[in-house]
Amino acid sequence: MRRNYWKIGEPWVWATGAALSVTLLIAVTLIAVIMVNGLGVFWPGKLQQLELKDGSKLLGELIQSEPVHRGEGLRRQYKIANRDLYGLDFRWIDETEILRADHPAAAIVLEREENGDFFGFLDAVQASGLELPAGAAPYAQLHAALDQVSVMKAAGHATDQQLSTASYRLEQLRRDQLKAEYQGVDPRSSSYQELLHEQERLKVDFEHLMKQQRKEQTNLRQYQATFSDANGRTSNIVLADIVQAYRPNQLAWHQQVIFYAAKLKELIVGEPRESNTEGGLFPAIFGTIMLIFTMSLFSFPLGVIAAIYLREYAREGVVVRVVRIAVNNLAGIPSIVYGIFGLGFFVYGIGSNIDKLFFPELLPTPTFGTGGILWASLTLALLTVPVVIVATEEALGAIPREFREGSLALGATRFQTLLRILLPMASPGIMTGLILAMARAAGEVAPLMITGVVKLAPALPIDGNFPFFHLDRKFMHLGFHIFDIGFQSPNVEAAKPMVFVTTLLLVLIVLAMSSLAIRLRNRMKKRYTFSTF
Amino acid sequence: MPTTAPQPTVAPIIEVENVDFFYGPTQAIHGINLSFPRKQVTALIGPSGCGKSTLLRCFNRMNDLIDNIDVRGRITLNGDDIYAPTTDVIELRRRVGMVFQKSNPFPKSIYENTIYGLRIAGVKDKAVLDESVERSLKGAALWDEVKDRLHTSALGLSGGQMQRLCIARAIAVNPEVILMDEPCSALDPKSTARVEELIGELRKEFTIIIVTHNMQQAARVSDFTAFLYEGFLIEFGQTDKMFMKPKKKQTEDYITGRFG
Ligand SMILES: Nc1ncnc2c1ncn2[C@@H]1O[C@H](COP(=O)(O)OP(=O)(O)OP(=O)(O)O)[C@@H](O)[C@H]1O
Ligand SMILES: [Mg+2]
Repeated sequence: MRRNYWKIGEPWVWATGAALSVTLLIAVTLIAVIMVNGLGVFWPGKLQQLELKDGSKLLGELIQSEPVHRGEGLRRQYKIANRDLYGLDFRWIDETEILRADHPAAAIVLEREENGDFFGFLDAVQASGLELPAGAAPYAQLHAALDQVSVMKAAGHATDQQLSTASYRLEQLRRDQLKAEYQGVDPRSSSYQELLHEQERLKVDFEHLMKQQRKEQTNLRQYQATFSDANGRTSNIVLADIVQAYRPNQLAWHQQVIFYAAKLKELIVGEPRESNTEGGLFPAIFGTIMLIFTMSLFSFPLGVIAAIYLREYAREGVVVRVVRIAVNNLAGIPSIVYGIFGLGFFVYGIGSNIDKLFFPELLPTPTFGTGGILWASLTLALLTVPVVIVATEEALGAIPREFREGSLALGATRFQTLLRILLPMASPGIMTGLILAMARAAGEVAPLMITGVVKLAPALPIDGNFPFFHLDRKFMHLGFHIFDIGFQSPNVEAAKPMVFVTTLLLVLIVLAMSSLAIRLRNRMKKRYTFSTF
Repeated sequence: MPTTAPQPTVAPIIEVENVDFFYGPTQAIHGINLSFPRKQVTALIGPSGCGKSTLLRCFNRMNDLIDNIDVRGRITLNGDDIYAPTTDVIELRRRVGMVFQKSNPFPKSIYENTIYGLRIAGVKDKAVLDESVERSLKGAALWDEVKDRLHTSALGLSGGQMQRLCIARAIAVNPEVILMDEPCSALDPKSTARVEELIGELRKEFTIIIVTHNMQQAARVSDFTAFLYEGFLIEFGQTDKMFMKPKKKQTEDYITGRFG
């Protein structure tokens, strides 16, 4: 009986089940931790005002509480914000220190361009030039003032835009001039004079725009409001610095939902602020997606074609076997090694030579001879190409011989057979390879750090300036963002929520891209499944 | 073992002269001489591993796909040497069609399967293609069953229908010879009967060479029979004569089921 039990293999079935459960559990836990921490970040928490035994007051958002080490009771961590006043964002308070706690309805939260949030109370709005509703409560006045300031700010953005276009064109002209000088164009020639002339004209425009921008800014800074903290310390805050002002203790639940949605939207379409610990992630999202796409553009055709050669045309032999083993083992090379290779080969090797050939006039300033999204994509393509090769080879190899022979017997060439029969039938398998490759690429950070990722990129790799695609540009990336704000930012504690949010976003992007690919694969599978006997 | 070249009464289309076939060092066919009569059904019979498929696959050079093979002697189709260096293999395979043991319709529609040979030959005219689909499917006795779902996947057909589709696919390019390697071995008796009936029809237009393990089938469908044994041709002749009165002892033993 007992022997039978082992013979039938029951325990092994259990073992396989257990192994699967453990794997799933780990994955689910990881995702759950990210979700719980990431999704809660933007929910507007209530502000508590504490009266402490030493007579001082404190206004803050409760973050967590934990037992006091070797002592009685609990201690709580509060986010107290007001970095400009206190120097810290967080504070631990022993529960025994607290005399009284309440939620003052007037407590206000300001999200600011700089120095993090402000928690406190509104005293008065000083905005002589603005039209404020007379006799209204200060909070209503603040919002009216903020609305008007934001309109002015939007006008300022237009100026910023013009300025950046102008500076881009100036840069182009400077390049043209350098090129002309490099080519030895006569400085007295009309084309050269024209160039100088054009530059002068643009410079005048540029100066004019700069002046206008400065004027707009000083004008904006005159609108301020006075706030005070829990202990009555007042502080004047420029309205233009306020991103958002709200009273969390007065928000009804539907207002909280709207607030949350607005924050999410800002996250996805907004620009980062405060050395990336606040604001949106748009440039990083854009960079990540573009990187993965460009990478696929290189690695997919390369991998598929290489696999076709290996499986269909190369003669089975020692060489092919060695190549196959090598390809399979490429996956084991640490990704930083790929990064170093990318830096040495693409950036310094190819990039510098491109510069010498096509942009000699700009040297020693590198154009392609420095990290950029093109080189990072190529490095990642190199890293993921083995995955595509292996998947494609397997897929081609899994097609029963009869299909090949059936096509050839009808007078098809090998190439026609490949195009019309083999590739369509292998396409689901090839797609699987692409999905794996994309997921792998999305998760890589190390090789990017030396081939072109930056903390803050001045411009996106795609924009409205001709030639629209600027593959030489540096870019931002969610994975690097996580590393940067989580471990490199001056205020790691304050950046923690953003780390979770960024992680969640990265996971979601990978999920979205791969589910798209999986849907495509299922469509192909349905069309090209093998006949069964 | 010496083999004699028998003289069929009908003009031959494929002639095999002194053919040896090697898979690397192992010889699979030994000095075969054989003439296949035009517009007749010839059956290749013999125990497993005797070289039937190998010989059959020489006629459309399907063996070329295997590395390290060597063919010696001469095989001609209408007098042209099949293994001459100048032979266009693509053209040859269009003239010599093949139906396999395991039916292998492509994962495409019934329509596309039928005209696959024409498509790769570059035929684009819709009228020609439509006409060919109807003619081929009718020729393969499949038209009535599939005429309403020509554009659905061929993978939805039954095993017997798939095999007839493969036959339709082969006759769509109008070959001179159709090779069949155990076309019924994966089919049930009813589908087998239909395919056999079909072979009877096809012999009016095509020369058919069929490999089979089923003696009754060979007797039913073929006009001539060649008996192979361990790579040698033992006996060749008209099927009814051979089955009634085999000349060789080995042939008699085999067709009466004493071995193999
Ligand atoms: N690709 C190959 N490589 C090496 N030897 C082969 C190969 N194909 C067939 N052979 C050998 O050649 C001989 C003839 O094989 P073949 O397939 O022609 O036999 P067959 O008569 O068709 O057998 P069956 O009735 O089982 O299909 C066999 O001994 C077989 O092992
Ligand atoms: Mg065989």
